[in-house]
Amino acid sequence: MRIWAIILRILQQFRRDKRTLALMFIAPIFVLTLMNIVFNGSQYEPKLGSINTPDVMNERFEKLGATVLKYETREEAEAALDDRKIDALVQSSEGLLQVKIEGSEPSVNKAVLLLMQKVGEGLQSDVASPNLSITYLHGSEDMTSIDQLGPILIGFFIFFFVFLIAGVSFLRERTTGTLERLLSTPLKRWEIVLGYTGGFGLFTILQALLISWYSIKVLGILMTGSFLFVLLLTLLMSMTALTLGTLVSAFANNELQMIQFIPLIIVPQFFLSGMFPLETLPDWLRGFGVIMPLTYGAHALTNVMIRGKGWEAIASDVYVLIGFSLLFILLNILALRKHRKI
Amino acid sequence: MTHPTSVINVSHAGKKFGAKSVLEDITLEVQPGETFGLLGPSGSGKTTLVKLLSGIDEASSGEIHVFGTLMPKLSMLNRIGYMAQSDALYTELSALENLQFFAAIYGLNGSRRRQRIAEVMELVALSDHLHKRVDQYSGGMKRRLSLAITLLHEPSLLILDEPTVGIDPLLRKSIWDELKILNTKGTTIVMTTHVMDEAEKCHRLGMIRDGQLLAVDTPEALIQNAGKNSIEEAFIYYGGGQS
Repeated sequence: MRIWAIILRILQQFRRDKRTLALMFIAPIFVLTLMNIVFNGSQYEPKLGSINTPDVMNERFEKLGATVLKYETREEAEAALDDRKIDALVQSSEGLLQVKIEGSEPSVNKAVLLLMQKVGEGLQSDVASPNLSITYLHGSEDMTSIDQLGPILIGFFIFFFVFLIAGVSFLRERTTGTLERLLSTPLKRWEIVLGYTGGFGLFTILQALLISWYSIKVLGILMTGSFLFVLLLTLLMSMTALTLGTLVSAFANNELQMIQFIPLIIVPQFFLSGMFPLETLPDWLRGFGVIMPLTYGAHALTNVMIRGKGWEAIASDVYVLIGFSLLFILLNILALRKHRKI
Repeated sequence: MTHPTSVINVSHAGKKFGAKSVLEDITLEVQPGETFGLLGPSGSGKTTLVKLLSGIDEASSGEIHVFGTLMPKLSMLNRIGYMAQSDALYTELSALENLQFFAAIYGLNGSRRRQRIAEVMELVALSDHLHKRVDQYSGGMKRRLSLAITLLHEPSLLILDEPTVGIDPLLRKSIWDELKILNTKGTTIVMTTHVMDEAEKCHRLGMIRDGQLLAVDTPEALIQNAGKNSIEEAFIYYGGGQS
């Protein structure tokens, strides 16, 4: 069977091309590990400069994790603040707590404000206040950024690497003339496209398996749903990336032009995939999300991994991703008409 | 109109890319078992013409019949062996793997496949390098392997685009010897070239320039009719540069 011959050849080429193998398997793992460390970092503990604050107060700050440096004069403290030796200065006068924050890093600002809030709660603890009980429908108090971003990042990196590799290797088929040779044989255009999809598809199964397993079992990203669903979704993501990559490679003349598609096709998907809250975006921009495969992949992966949902919650996303793949395969077959009419 | 015995029959064929006309009103016939050369400078339309003949591209006007069938026709591609200017090999793979792949594409299996691979590699004198990776091949070896792949499925029509480019004279001679052997077995060969002395080895020549077929005849007759001493001078004569 001729499709099988193409699949076999692609697998042979992969086996010989160690760098590409590494890019498909090691690079996503490396990047995910890095992300895990960056986003999983423990909470920032602010450094305070205190001027004439009572010791009781300073002890309370330290108990809540802050570092307290004492200053004699306001000028000294201001200078330290400007040098970023401290994140905020605290001065208490006449029962009023004055706080001045350095202010150039939002995350640090938040950490200081949170600290002040906690200190405030502590001070009021003797006042009768209604008891607060907080529970979580999904996730938990311990959920970190990587837990939230994990599903999206898994989808994104699979999409990115498969898109690039599939696109470039199909492009090379054209630039080295082997595509023309294939087209001078009785191979049908759909056989070429399906052969490619099959050969790369087998590889992306392995890739999806490895990345999903690594993210969940080794990195320990929050996972409440079924592993099989995660596998299915990552696989569909890579099939979509694979078929889209080979399709756009028809519009590139060399590897550099293929890279030029990344800011056009990959980066916008990243921003609209749910990494950042979409509610605040203008409607016309949000509308673009509808045509982006990553939107569906990230949505479904989040549903499975964080919310622990089952088939009903992801079915529509799965159908859309299958639809995308089929559409791109069809367009690929049409795009090959550029090189052979029959 | 179609001559019953001719392998290729081109009738008033033209090819346009957008508004640009690359080939105009080409009419020619190629007979079984002959070596037909297309001689012309680069950019003259040779490659476009052989792509029309091999069924990869479609004529914008006129008709092309190969073995009496209107081209392009997918089923005819099994009887044609096309070798492009680029070597078109998978360089990460060994020669054997390249051959096995294309053999499978042409539907050659089992012992028949093994036998054909051995035969074509023998023909291009690469039998000793069968298991070598193609990226370790020299330029000439790649060209020969490319030819070997083209011959795998025993096509009765061979279409070769600049087959001897970058090959040293000794090897070029051995490739020519092989082509002549194929000729005697009944294989029809159409090849493009811009090398004049090579053109003289063809049974008949078509001189092509700016997308137009200037003259078709045997090399000797072309020289004689032009009243010149060499193919090169004859080419200038037919090209309108009589001086």
